[in-house]
Amino acid sequence: MYKVVIPGDFISEAVSRAGEGTYVEDGKVYAMRYGIVDERGSIKVVPLSGKYVPTEGDVVIGRVTEISFPFWIVDIASPYEARLHMSEFADTRDEKIEFGSLSRYLDLDDLIVAKVTNVDLMMRIDLALKEDFNLRRGGRLIEIPHTKVPRVIGRGGSMIKMLKEKCNCFIFIAKNGRIWIRGREDDMNLATEAILKIASESHTTGLTDRVADFLDSFKREKGRR
Amino acid sequence: MKEEIELLKEGKRLDGRGFDELRPIKIEVGVLKRADGSCYFELGDNKVIAAVYGPREMHPRHAQDAKMAVVKFRYNMAPFSVDERKRPGPDRRSMEISKVSREALDPVIMREYYPKTEIDVYVEILQSDAGTRTAGINAASVALADAGIPMKDLVSSVAVGKIEGEVVLDLNAMEDNYGEADMPVAMVTRTNTITLLQMDGRLEKEEFKRGLQLAMSACRQIYELQRAALIDRYSESVVEGEGEE
Repeated sequence: MYKVVIPGDFISEAVSRAGEGTYVEDGKVYAMRYGIVDERGSIKVVPLSGKYVPTEGDVVIGRVTEISFPFWIVDIASPYEARLHMSEFADTRDEKIEFGSLSRYLDLDDLIVAKVTNVDLMMRIDLALKEDFNLRRGGRLIEIPHTKVPRVIGRGGSMIKMLKEKCNCFIFIAKNGRIWIRGREDDMNLATEAILKIASESHTTGLTDRVADFLDSFKREKGRR
Repeated sequence: MKEEIELLKEGKRLDGRGFDELRPIKIEVGVLKRADGSCYFELGDNKVIAAVYGPREMHPRHAQDAKMAVVKFRYNMAPFSVDERKRPGPDRRSMEISKVSREALDPVIMREYYPKTEIDVYVEILQSDAGTRTAGINAASVALADAGIPMKDLVSSVAVGKIEGEVVLDLNAMEDNYGEADMPVAMVTRTNTITLLQMDGRLEKEEFKRGLQLAMSACRQIYELQRAALIDRYSESVVEGEGEE
């Protein structure tokens, strides 16, 4: 059974199990955020809202906002901007990247899929390109709150699997709440609608079934027309 | 000297309340779509809306704090919020209220989780009937929670005052204007930490003590309402399972 808590709610006395989203005071565990308690394993509060803060290993979709040699500055839908070093490109090529020529590889507003390789105490964030995803090949980017990402994926990937099958799209979900969809135009429309539905109803039960019904009824209607 | 107005009749106040009674309260969470967190708060005829943005990148950069987030609080009264049109824009009074309100919320916000960022809190007074700073703090505290900001607790706030020699809870505009004292209090109810305490007018030591007791128990009532508003938002909120990647 899941329980909604607000900051300051007493959760438990098991101090040693206190995890993310909680704080300990006078030998008791309290909630630090507005969210849902998860007591499997450590005691966590899964927030219902809030900004994305990257941790090492996250895969994110970023947008180049600035070029400052030898870095690209990348917006990753977070209060902190990330940077991508030019060596990410130089490694794969023999040529040397000259000063001022960074924009030939990635220009402003270009989208990238990248892995967070390091986050330091000053919140400087380093990225490494994941080139197996080429976003220039078309498709569509949508953005949802990063707190809803686990629901779009579903338990053991059930939701995303169903979405991919029923919408007949390629869907890639990044940790920062940005979602890449590629497919036929009307398939993408359907997938977008379904994902936004999941995001807005993320706190309800039986969501996977309801989304399945939604997709099926949509398809049936389309078939009739 | 102000004209004399009878504020108490047969042991009741002008609006029929007892001495220790709050005005009706209404709280709505998440009323603004574009804000990260928001709250609409009504305390009698006070109508207040709070919006929270952030944590977000702080500008100007030199004002960043390398170790924690900076909280900015703006209390603003709409020109139409009072009987006589208020000249728009910040003034001495609203700047003071912004400062004390920020300091009232500061002890609960865990700013160290978001270094180098800013958290903006905007409180707009749409309609005013005395006690707007307390309503603003209540609203802001709920809006901060709604924005997912890490906090130790909520802050609850209420004013007490003295009219015709009686210590009473939660003054309205008439009582504030013609009464003898007004004392806003903000506190963290779980730990009994007082984060704001101001006094306008005079109270005897005993009156002060009684007033503070009154305010503290009223803060507990308000806390329960704040809490209920946040919980109710996700009332059918039984999630069947958080996914893994």
